[in-house]
Amino acid sequence: MLNSGSTTWVLVSAALVMLMTPGLAFFYGGMVRSKSVLNMLMMNFIALAVVGVLWVLYGFSLAFGDDIGSGLLGNVDYVGFGNTVGRVVGFAGTGENAVPWPGPDGIPLLAFAMFQLMFAVITPALISGAIADRVKFWSWTIFVVIWATVVYFPVAHWVFSFDGFVAADAVGGWIANATKLGALDFAGGTAVHINAGAAGLALVLVLGKRRGWGKEPMRPHNLPFVLLGAALLWFGWFGFNAGSALAAGDLAAVAFANTMVATSAAVLGWLIVEQIRDGKPTTLGAASGAVAGLVAITPAAGYVGPLGAMAIGVIAGILCALAVALKYRFGYDDSLDVVGVHLVGGLVGTLLIGFFGTTSVNSLSVDGLFYGGGLTQLGKQATAAFAVLGYSFVVTVILALIIKYTIGFRVTDEAEMTGIDETEHAETGYDFSTLGGSTGLGSSRPPAHAAPVPVTAGKES
Amino acid sequence: MKLVTAIVKPFVLEDVKGALEQIGVLGMTVSEVQGYGRQKGHTEVYRGAEYSVDFVPKVRVEVVADDVLADKVVDAVVEAARTGKIGDGKVWVTPVENVVRVRTGERGTDAI
Repeated sequence: MLNSGSTTWVLVSAALVMLMTPGLAFFYGGMVRSKSVLNMLMMNFIALAVVGVLWVLYGFSLAFGDDIGSGLLGNVDYVGFGNTVGRVVGFAGTGENAVPWPGPDGIPLLAFAMFQLMFAVITPALISGAIADRVKFWSWTIFVVIWATVVYFPVAHWVFSFDGFVAADAVGGWIANATKLGALDFAGGTAVHINAGAAGLALVLVLGKRRGWGKEPMRPHNLPFVLLGAALLWFGWFGFNAGSALAAGDLAAVAFANTMVATSAAVLGWLIVEQIRDGKPTTLGAASGAVAGLVAITPAAGYVGPLGAMAIGVIAGILCALAVALKYRFGYDDSLDVVGVHLVGGLVGTLLIGFFGTTSVNSLSVDGLFYGGGLTQLGKQATAAFAVLGYSFVVTVILALIIKYTIGFRVTDEAEMTGIDETEHAETGYDFSTLGGSTGLGSSRPPAHAAPVPVTAGKES
Repeated sequence: MKLVTAIVKPFVLEDVKGALEQIGVLGMTVSEVQGYGRQKGHTEVYRGAEYSVDFVPKVRVEVVADDVLADKVVDAVVEAARTGKIGDGKVWVTPVENVVRVRTGERGTDAI
């Protein structure tokens, strides 16, 4: 039976999560220099286009098809979205090995597929911030195609595919299910954030620094964009986390509340670090702190109480504010701190479930160290976190090297200096010039592929 | 005829404009520029990383005046732009050989 309330909530949540990718684009886009803002937006936007197609063709099937063995990959039952219409997620929701959402009623499999699509879109988009200003657009696009296929879809299967989610005998991935590892990841601390953060680090190491990094000033060109983007992310994240309850009920409300309080606490944590270290609380710090908190609460949103969420948020805000300085110490140019925010924040949230997890909010949670549990869950959390980190890092390094030595990954030095918007897209982000009637200096002509304009055009007949 | 060029702090522009209007200056050209003198730049911090911003935003005001008015223009600008703090700017005067009003073709002081 379909539950109309839950179906509505999951569809709305899918739309909320969709908005996160453009939100992320503005969060990142404001942080780059004005000569590369369009390329940054496009690196994110293209993920919607590419993964939106892959997901229907085979992505959803590889991630959520029945396990082909060992919990590593789904089968091809849902290729082309076959066998999806009319199926219900969640009807097998009882018993020890049940899906982590309650009740006998469920949601359409296609609603679930659309919700999960948005996660598959934003994960490669997150990586783009690490390598801003320096990669060929089509090389990036091909990277997204292959990375989604060989990294994201399998990892999503490990983490999000639960035994029994569409049928009593459906078998899922190795991280999610208690029959195998049984690590807790409510909305993607491992599959989304650790995964993207590790891939970002791998790309940065293979591709190298931007020209002039550490010498030229590369300050954000539009901090209002950054804050607006962070706010859109925060808004969309309610869908990401509370939607991951996959039902309109108590658990969604718990995840919603935790998302709010953790993010608020993380903003405060980051700003306090800045006040002490740098002497001023910054706009960029507030936006970054919000994202750090959102990242950290993601895996824990449905497994901890509000005070636990607050603790996770403030810890993430402080640790991520410190972690963004690591790139200067070790000399890697992670342009927009994907490692410092997503990898570190994802690890913080995933591991802290081992301390703050409590069955008082969700019977499928586990009591962590601070709630009378032992260290067992922390061990499982660490296994899941480092398995995803290691897999993503290694595969991404190999993939990046292949692209680098075949079609080439980086733009030329000259293009990098001129500005990647102009050389990769033949566009300019901003036209504030009033010369020549606000079109800038120059002349225009019709596109080469258009039909020639008749000589009588523009004359009165 | 003289060209008076003044580089001043952006927030004094309205005062400078008002002072010039008072002494009968009829037009001026204003542009946003960046530069530094003894003031040097300032430091900004992004995610803990310090950036020194060497070039400070300033406004350049250019006025063409006849030889008599030029001295008054200089005095008016200096008085209106002075805050007494480092970074108030500079004013300099250069000779102008000729001026033409585009619309009428008038030349010399008639064109000012």
